[in-house]
Amino acid sequence: MTTRRGAHSQRGRPPRALVLLAALTLTFLLVPFAALLQRAPWSGLIDLLREPVVTEALRLSLISACLATALSLLGGIPLAWMLARTDFPGRSLVRALVVLPMVLPPVVGGAALLFAFGRRGLVGGPVYDGTGFLLPYSLWGVVAANTFVALPFLVVTVEAGLRSADLRYEDAAATLGAGRWMVFRQITLPMILPSVVAGAVLCWARALGEFGATVTFAGNLQGRTQTMPLAVFLALESDREAAIALSLVLVAVSLAVLLPLRDRWLAA
Amino acid sequence: MFVPGRRLPVALLWATLVGVCACGDDGAADRSGGTASGLDGTITVFAAASLTDAFGEAADAFEEANPAVTVELNQAGSSALREQILAGAPADVFASANPSNMDQVAEAGETAGEAVVVAHNSLQIVVPAGNPGGVEDLEDFADDDLLIGLCAIEVPCGDLGRAVLADAGVTAAPDTEEPDVRSLLTKVASGDLDAGIVYVTDVVAAGDDVEGIDIPAGVNVVAEYPVAALAGSGEPEIAGAFVDFLLSEDGQAILTSHGFGPA
Repeated sequence: MTTRRGAHSQRGRPPRALVLLAALTLTFLLVPFAALLQRAPWSGLIDLLREPVVTEALRLSLISACLATALSLLGGIPLAWMLARTDFPGRSLVRALVVLPMVLPPVVGGAALLFAFGRRGLVGGPVYDGTGFLLPYSLWGVVAANTFVALPFLVVTVEAGLRSADLRYEDAAATLGAGRWMVFRQITLPMILPSVVAGAVLCWARALGEFGATVTFAGNLQGRTQTMPLAVFLALESDREAAIALSLVLVAVSLAVLLPLRDRWLAA
Repeated sequence: MFVPGRRLPVALLWATLVGVCACGDDGAADRSGGTASGLDGTITVFAAASLTDAFGEAADAFEEANPAVTVELNQAGSSALREQILAGAPADVFASANPSNMDQVAEAGETAGEAVVVAHNSLQIVVPAGNPGGVEDLEDFADDDLLIGLCAIEVPCGDLGRAVLADAGVTAAPDTEEPDVRSLLTKVASGDLDAGIVYVTDVVAAGDDVEGIDIPAGVNVVAEYPVAALAGSGEPEIAGAFVDFLLSEDGQAILTSHGFGPA
């Protein structure tokens, strides 16, 4: 069976310049990982994986990255839809603001979150005084930091998907009497599903590796807020081999999740 | 026609002559560098995070005394700096917040000569201005209702802080273990924590935003700050001169003004 996609769809050899640059890029991306593998303490790896500090950090990382992705999907798809499908004053400004967390150094993002939702923050202050509820130093603080940093990746991807989707289907559905909410659910969402999945994957991966905003906003406590990147950073202070091993675990876990996803959704 | 074989020895001869002149005559430095010390170049000093302010001032004073010299500071946790040095980072001087990181650098053959202790430090309880949590002593670190921060055990202030708490017989209930002393200090200063254990010098550095509560001398610890010129330095003379400056009267005055105990 032939497909219309990929290498089969085009005749002739790929241009040499493209192949060369692509190979160079791949090398640049992969050599550091090879170097990491080369330095890895393979013999002690299994014992290391059984240590509570590792299992707890891994559990927290996975939970917080998944929760952050879920929240990003819930809030990010509507935001992307607003940016792509509606016209309101200051839309370009809003779009620029949405990607701010991508540009902001994560540590600064974490500090900004503290100023907003910390115990003496703009919002966090009154909330704490009234209810005693505090985001920092808790799992939800980690999720908030992850979401803040990772959400733009989802919004940007989904908005691009919405903009490239064929509007005629939505128009046809509307002509046939479907309301905007029904069009969104029945037509738009299924059509942009690959973008949503791609955005969610980017968002999840970014959240999984989040360090700066998390440590600044949520703090670092084993079993409560210490995610894998924090554990890696601190292990680096005392035991480089453990830090490398932990990083490899993070890489392996993300590959294990992303590889099947890519086959199932992104290449479909 | 250019004949490398004939010109090279001449060039070498010149270089040797100039070198001999420069070494043999102290006055030559005045003519070549135009400075009193004759030192000319840039050094990079890797200094522990807790030395940030004091070393900034010391570097300025050293540059003022040696106008042709530039001192660049790279500041991070001592262990992170150690890792950078062992990985071959271009550093001329290493100032560590504890002897163990310096020992590891020395064992790897990266130091030039013996490390010298240029300053001492001790710990203090730090609370936000006005002490909203009503913290009185180390016992309060076991209070679950207070927001307590410590340094992570992997960094010197965390290691020392736990030693102090253990000596005082307190089982701390921390809400966060910060990766370095400055981030802990920042969270106390902003009121996001009720108390932490930091260096006396950090309390001085944070000024009016925080208050310090002394830890009894019986349980407090004394931290040593060893400094060494590094073997990989391209400017060994300047590196050595900077270490000497830290030990000089002027250097020590700067360090003590930031709350450090003298060498």
